[in-house]
Amino acid sequence: MTAAIAQNGPATKFAGPSASSSVLAKHRQELGTFAVTLPFFAYTACFLLAPTIIVVIGAFQTRDGGFTLANFSKLFEPNTVSAFVTSILVSIASSVIGAVVGGLASYALVIGAKPNGLLRRMVSAISSVLAQFGGVMLAFAFIATIGINGIGTMLIKQMTGLTVNPNWLSSLSGLVTVYCYFQIPLMIIIFLPAVDSIRPQWREACESLGGNTYQYWTRVALPILAPRFISAFLLLFASAFSAYATAAALFSQRSILVPLMIQGAMRNEMDPNQQGFAQVLAFAMIIVVAIVMLLSHAVEKRAGRWQ
Amino acid sequence: MAVSETSQTVKVPATATSAKGAADTSAAKPPQLRAARVRKQSVIKFVILFVTLAFLFIPLFSMLVFTLRHPLSGRWSLAPWVAIFTGNGESLGADLTVLWQGLGTSLALCVVTVVIMLLLMVPTMVIVHIRSKVLERAIEWVATLPLTIPAIVLVVGLGPIYRWLSADVLSTNPIWLCFAYVILVMPFAFRAIAVGLNSIDVKTLVEASRSLGASWPKVFFRVIIPNLWQSILSASFISIAVVLGEYTVASLLGRMNLQVALYQLGQSNSQISTAMSLLALLFGVVLLVALDLISDRVRKSKEGK
Repeated sequence: MTAAIAQNGPATKFAGPSASSSVLAKHRQELGTFAVTLPFFAYTACFLLAPTIIVVIGAFQTRDGGFTLANFSKLFEPNTVSAFVTSILVSIASSVIGAVVGGLASYALVIGAKPNGLLRRMVSAISSVLAQFGGVMLAFAFIATIGINGIGTMLIKQMTGLTVNPNWLSSLSGLVTVYCYFQIPLMIIIFLPAVDSIRPQWREACESLGGNTYQYWTRVALPILAPRFISAFLLLFASAFSAYATAAALFSQRSILVPLMIQGAMRNEMDPNQQGFAQVLAFAMIIVVAIVMLLSHAVEKRAGRWQ
Repeated sequence: MAVSETSQTVKVPATATSAKGAADTSAAKPPQLRAARVRKQSVIKFVILFVTLAFLFIPLFSMLVFTLRHPLSGRWSLAPWVAIFTGNGESLGADLTVLWQGLGTSLALCVVTVVIMLLLMVPTMVIVHIRSKVLERAIEWVATLPLTIPAIVLVVGLGPIYRWLSADVLSTNPIWLCFAYVILVMPFAFRAIAVGLNSIDVKTLVEASRSLGASWPKVFFRVIIPNLWQSILSASFISIAVVLGEYTVASLLGRMNLQVALYQLGQSNSQISTAMSLLALLFGVVLLVALDLISDRVRKSKEGK
């Protein structure tokens, strides 16, 4: 703001010849625009760009500040590799389940319903809450359901006599189930607009041309939905891959996922053997998520043709 | 509305053609086939939605039962809820000061984060929307970048910054987490405000009021803000929801907020922290349902134009 006012002075002084004044005015306007956006860019530079740069530099830095690639050797230690494999497997499994179930649910919400029907609005409002419902509270929800003293555990025991393994929640299939709890609502939010863009007329056109349901799905609906489905799947993958709080609340000690390893590395930062380890892991995570996001953008561009 | 109408209008020609070819028996099939398809569809629809909603609601229901039934003795009681609402956890042997401290911090963080977010985003986005397409794209890119950089990664880089901030500039007070939280809520807030900006003709509004002699601050506060209040409100709500649920940054920087407090309390008294989680969730539902109502009103007023 102050810059815009300061610019006001000279411009009014030189307001003589009309040509130069319009050029000046344009200049002044551009400078004013830039000045107003300055706080935004300064802020994001401090709290978004600077941390990212610290991570990237830290990944290539030795203890006394020199350049090195040695930190990256830790990425190939069996522990780290298995954490990455587990993280990616859990993310893929939960995103596949989330994408399929969420996709079906959004289809079910759209077919034969009013665009702004009560059921649909209710489900999408609930979904937007539950998609944010990660972390500690989600862990509590599942501990209350199938933890050692969970309600589900007890009901199953009373009804069938089977005992649910109390450690099931901290197994991989348990973790996938917990992650699905925010993946399915997330998919519903992302995918509903895509299903909305399917026109009932297309199905009717398909029928009047003699196509049956199978042909409609394989030749018309799925090819149109596929790019949006894939990009939604990739977004789900990124969200599962970067989720930390839920896993942290479920596993207090074991570092079986990359985010949990980062936590461990941050806590042991003073250990000379851990030098740069958190930064290297974080750097690798950025790379994975960035690749996934780029793919998602590329696929989305293809989908844009049908909008 | 549109869907049901179109499907009906298309049904009519279908029956019309079958009536035309009355002699041809095979032509009479399509309407029945369609009815069968619709029936089949509604069964499939019911099954899918039932299973999905059951999966989503069973854990919530279990949470509720878990707070009411003591896990070890099996006795039913309202004790955890009484403890929360009276603020006295002694009957359950729990110290709730951590919880209140965390809740207070989180609520304060919500306010500060929303204020900084609005001050930072609204004027910038408005001016850029009027003046420069290039800068608008740049801001969109920067504001949605936090979706690509996970919080757990950000916190690794924020560690040194916060160590310096708390040692040399500010204090270790958890309220300073707001700086990091503004970044975390930025993508959501950006989208909410962008929707509002695109739904009104900002340029014409500004030109009209400027030509009538209004100063820039006047244009901003008397013309733009009143037209944008719904999106400002929804940006604030989504930010509050994100800040209340934040755990990663606070726990790894060693600051106390609601989620960290819930986690700590969960180690000693899981009933109270489960009850508190349910309350927080309920608050989130209220916020986001309000958001839905607001966006519905925006849509209606837009259609009314």
